[in-house]
Amino acid sequence: MTAFGKLIRTTAFRLTLVYLFLFALFAAFLLGFFAWNTRHLITEQITTTVNAETGEISDIFGRRGLRGLVLTIENRALRPGANLYLVTTPAGQAIAGNVGSLAPGVMATTGWSETAYRRLDEQDSSNHFALVRVTELPSGFRLLIGRDLEERRRLFGIVAKAAQFSLLVVIVLGLGGGIFVARRVLRRIDAMTGTTQRIMAGDLSGRLPVGRSGDELDRLAGNLNAMLERIEALMMGLKEVSDNIAHDLKTPLTRLRNRAEEALAKSRTEPEYRSALERTIEESDGLIRTFNALLMIARAESGQARGNMDDFDAADVARGIHELYEPLAEDDGMTLRVKVERAPIHANRELISQALANLVENAIKYGKPESTVQPLAPTAETDRKEILIEAKRVGDRVLLSVTDRGPGIPVADRKHAVERFVRLEASRTQPGSGLGLSLASAVATLHGGDLRLDDAHPGLIATLAIPALSGGSDRLAAQTQDMPQKAA
Amino acid sequence: MTAIATDTQMRLLIIEDDRESADYLVKAFREVGYVADLAGDGEEGLALAEGGDYDVLVVDRMLPKRDGLSLIGALREKGNRTPVLILSALGQVDDRIKGLRAGGDDYLPKPYSFAELLARIEVLSRRRGGPAEDTTYRVGDLELDRLSHRVMRGKEELTLQPREFRLLEYLMKHAGQVVTRTMLLENVWDYHFDPQTNVIDVHISRLRSKIDKGFERPLLHTIRGAGYMIRDGIR
Repeated sequence: MTAFGKLIRTTAFRLTLVYLFLFALFAAFLLGFFAWNTRHLITEQITTTVNAETGEISDIFGRRGLRGLVLTIENRALRPGANLYLVTTPAGQAIAGNVGSLAPGVMATTGWSETAYRRLDEQDSSNHFALVRVTELPSGFRLLIGRDLEERRRLFGIVAKAAQFSLLVVIVLGLGGGIFVARRVLRRIDAMTGTTQRIMAGDLSGRLPVGRSGDELDRLAGNLNAMLERIEALMMGLKEVSDNIAHDLKTPLTRLRNRAEEALAKSRTEPEYRSALERTIEESDGLIRTFNALLMIARAESGQARGNMDDFDAADVARGIHELYEPLAEDDGMTLRVKVERAPIHANRELISQALANLVENAIKYGKPESTVQPLAPTAETDRKEILIEAKRVGDRVLLSVTDRGPGIPVADRKHAVERFVRLEASRTQPGSGLGLSLASAVATLHGGDLRLDDAHPGLIATLAIPALSGGSDRLAAQTQDMPQKAA
Repeated sequence: MTAIATDTQMRLLIIEDDRESADYLVKAFREVGYVADLAGDGEEGLALAEGGDYDVLVVDRMLPKRDGLSLIGALREKGNRTPVLILSALGQVDDRIKGLRAGGDDYLPKPYSFAELLARIEVLSRRRGGPAEDTTYRVGDLELDRLSHRVMRGKEELTLQPREFRLLEYLMKHAGQVVTRTMLLENVWDYHFDPQTNVIDVHISRLRSKIDKGFERPLLHTIRGAGYMIRDGIR
């Protein structure tokens, strides 16, 4: 497509053409109206003067006879800018007036007519037009009085010229404006197209140019940029995930394969085979768990899990998780406590439970006080081994938090700790997939909240902050009252 | 391995399009003494399920000709109430809910362990009715009263926490059957995720210390590689 072809195909240009047509039509109508009215006015003026003069001259004829008539006519005909006069005998012979020639038959009929004529004193042969009235005087004489229509013609000339000129101006301005606007739009659209093509070619970092005018194109570009931002973030996430999956799934797969190979090469007895196979199953179970966690994170992040959301009290979830993990914590020499108040949320109960369970598992695994470090303040040993699950409502958020008294996570590592497969130095020796915090974070994001990691001085507070349920809190009142018995 | 021979053989219909996993299942079920028929697609599966008298249907979700959920829907519409266990690679919570809403009785995501599948099928099966709706469950000299929430071992009354009571209730309801950790988490706690820790084992060991400690004959057994079972040693 040529540049011009592109230009005239733009919406802006087409709109301009439509407006051009409409403006031309409007101008034509205006001029036509003006011309028609003026013509009407001129004709009326002529008729009035001619009628008056006809009456006057008939009167003179009546009082002073033919002689008076001829004298008056001759007299009037000589005035500058005079009307047209002609008096003929009953035989049709001209006896007075300033008309040299007329269109044939004009004098034969009485009344109004438009006719071509020539004045007596005019030498050129060009015809003029006039509006004339022929009256029959008593005794068969005929009187013609008329007025030249030159004025009217000139007026029409002016109007026609004005029409031509204005049409020209409208067309030139319209086309010029159209091309200007179309080119402006086209330039910006071309810039956008160029960027999108670069993005399609794989450069996801490209962004559309956004002008400063804040017009509709800028708003569109702004929105598209926000969309691109999100797509890029998702793609980066995806890439990171696939890199991590490649690493973190291939490692156990390699172990699995090595063990199977080793068993094939070295095992001699049935118990040896059996134990090799058992370890293989264990390893693959671990892999399956990792897979499930990854899928769940992916689903939470893509927002697909929004379907199964109910209104419930987060305190209920906190109690449930406390009840499930309390014996495990105790076996590990720690105390798991729960402290809840009513905290209604609209959420996917299963996902919230799992996210909280992950935080509790982390606290049990990594939240043991460091035995080598003496506590600065003489805190009671029981306190130091406590893990606290809390559910409360603060403002418009419901906070589900797990506080441990372990070493905590250094500020610099906190952001990092949430990423998939990240296992901080301290945790490398412990079993786990490195997905627990990622899942908790993805779940919080899915619900429009976030996962916060803070210092508990000492220890770590991991908090799921989720928008609280507003308005519907009454519905939960009945359920909440049942809870103490259920979780007792 | 853990199947207990019954008077009449358990009859299963496996509807699965992947030939290799289907053959593996048929073989494994036959080894534990079940009759297992096989259908390779949804239409054939529906025809067989309507015609045969099966105890449990094992249905894959993604099948040629007619998908698993629509097959179950069609069966239920015709009044066929044979228990259905859905096997599926779609293992997320909402997939599960969808499966159960469609009329499935249990949902097991792939990949699964055969022990888990077997345990669930035994629990689902109608043939193994047992004391399901009785008000009192008895295993050996252990007695659980579902109405008064009292648990007796011999002449001694045991004090259980509410959750321990429900755990024991579930185990005793399925006395003589293997109950896996996932089944316990799903049915006693109503959670459908797998914890990365041995959280269920800790609950079991607490329960065990209450019902078996100090008694000569243990009733709560650990089934290696599968789960737990409550039964009177001889049976």
